[in-house]
Amino acid sequence: MAERITGEMIEYVGILAKLALSEEEKAQAGRDMERMLGYIDLLNEVDTEGVDPMTHLFSVANVFREDVVTNGDGSEAVWAGAPGGVKEGGLKAPRTLE
Amino acid sequence: MSRQYETVIGLEVHIELATRTKIFCGCSTAFGGAPNSHTCPVCTGMPGSLPVLNRRVVEHAVAVGLATNCRITQYCKFDRKNYFYPDNPQNYQISQLYLPICRDGWIEIGTAAGRRVVGIHEIHMEEDAGKLIHDEWEDCTLVDFNRSGVPLIEVVSEPDMRSAEEVIAFLEKLRLIVQYLGASDCKLQEGSMRADVNLSVREMGSGTFGTRTEMKNLNSFKAVTRAIEGERRRQIELLEEGRPVIQETRRWDDNKEYSYAMRSKEDARDYRYFPDPDLPPVVIDDAWIEAIRARQPELHEAKLARYQAEFGLPAYDAGILTSDKRLADLFEATTALCGRPKRVSNWLMVETMRLLREHERGADQLDFSPENLAKLIGLQERGVVNGTVAKRIFEIIFTEDIDPEAYVREHGLETVGDEGAIRRAVEAVMGANPQSVADYHGGKKKAMGFLVGQAMRAMGGRADPGAVNRIVRQMLEGDASGDLG
Repeated sequence: MAERITGEMIEYVGILAKLALSEEEKAQAGRDMERMLGYIDLLNEVDTEGVDPMTHLFSVANVFREDVVTNGDGSEAVWAGAPGGVKEGGLKAPRTLE
Repeated sequence: MSRQYETVIGLEVHIELATRTKIFCGCSTAFGGAPNSHTCPVCTGMPGSLPVLNRRVVEHAVAVGLATNCRITQYCKFDRKNYFYPDNPQNYQISQLYLPICRDGWIEIGTAAGRRVVGIHEIHMEEDAGKLIHDEWEDCTLVDFNRSGVPLIEVVSEPDMRSAEEVIAFLEKLRLIVQYLGASDCKLQEGSMRADVNLSVREMGSGTFGTRTEMKNLNSFKAVTRAIEGERRRQIELLEEGRPVIQETRRWDDNKEYSYAMRSKEDARDYRYFPDPDLPPVVIDDAWIEAIRARQPELHEAKLARYQAEFGLPAYDAGILTSDKRLADLFEATTALCGRPKRVSNWLMVETMRLLREHERGADQLDFSPENLAKLIGLQERGVVNGTVAKRIFEIIFTEDIDPEAYVREHGLETVGDEGAIRRAVEAVMGANPQSVADYHGGKKKAMGFLVGQAMRAMGGRADPGAVNRIVRQMLEGDASGDLG
């Protein structure tokens, strides 16, 4: 099977996912992705002519809530999970442009 | 400039829907809560939390789609748009890429050049992001997730517009449609309606599109107009210099009247969309669509025609009164209370517009009650207050929404029609201004106006002006005849 996952591609996916991968991890990720594509190749052999693409695992649709406020003040819980601390109710994060 | 250029513009309009709760959780959408008070595990992207769709969001989106001649996607679903940014706690935004709820619509707009149709590519449902505030003191960013998960629809137009004028006409029309449906208040300044402008230029007659840029941060119609003109100029300059236009997102700075390239949300515009496994598909059957259609309220154009036919208002007046849903609602509610459409129209068209300009407010910010305006009209009709006093009271209704009947009683502002009281005031004024009386008799008839004004003032503006006029004239003439006699 031809190698479809190039080193460049792993680099790019790593940047998109904000992951810093070691050389060894990159090689492993490449092998994993090749195997995943191999699985997709297998699925592609199945004749799906006339079958709608599956959009959801369970055959349910239209699961709704009514437009009614059910939640109270959630700030304490949010603050508790703020790694950079809290100021004036806001979560401190490294400076962003824009 | 030797070559002629054409501007090609498409819009992406984000509209915050008027729901009580967020799109996927039961947190309040109320504006202005303490930072992070309207949050829960769902809208802060906690692992293991399960989003459940707010039914009203679907109904608002379908209503807007029907009113803009779209085809409703009867089997639609949500997808995840992946990006990393502090305003996005899940590291993805739940949106619709593959099966947006509405497609292939159009809006007709009117411009100086006539009527034109602008296509709507699609309308999709999505969630808003949190708000980032830059903290100068500590040079960090403060994150507030109250807006995270507030429902939005994004209306994507076709690149059918060719000028700022057409863009404004499109936005105005869309705003009126959505406001009249009650799907959003569409306040640009408060961010409940936000337009991104995709713009490219090409040589006149060219069949292909130039490279486009996307401009963000446009929070008024004026800013949209200036941004379009500024970006058109910038791109033409580049082309004239033989340099390429780069496809990028630019932020408009309305103070400097220039757009700046934004640092992109990530290194590449690759959002790796995939179906959201947490949200089952939405099936919208014909019966549901028809139920939403049947609830559709009277829209702008129907109202415009009805105001002229039913109330006999001129087209111009009807146009102004229907130019904002709030104004139209006030007009109808007040008219229903007092039965005087022309008078209500006059108060709204003249005094209300003047005060809005003075206070630099938009019609959507009007907050006085129809009851109080109807009462004021009644007081004036019954002759309890005169026009001058009514205007004074109206200013207080406009700012503080007071009850004019109680106010008139408390401040003793009833028009004084009592002849004796007016006569005494006029006598006093004439006694104090012998020169004016002499001027009148000497042929300067204008002096009478001065005396009337002084008498009105002496009575605190409350006298019936007709009666004051008559009595001043009588007394001046009587005085004259007395002299002659």
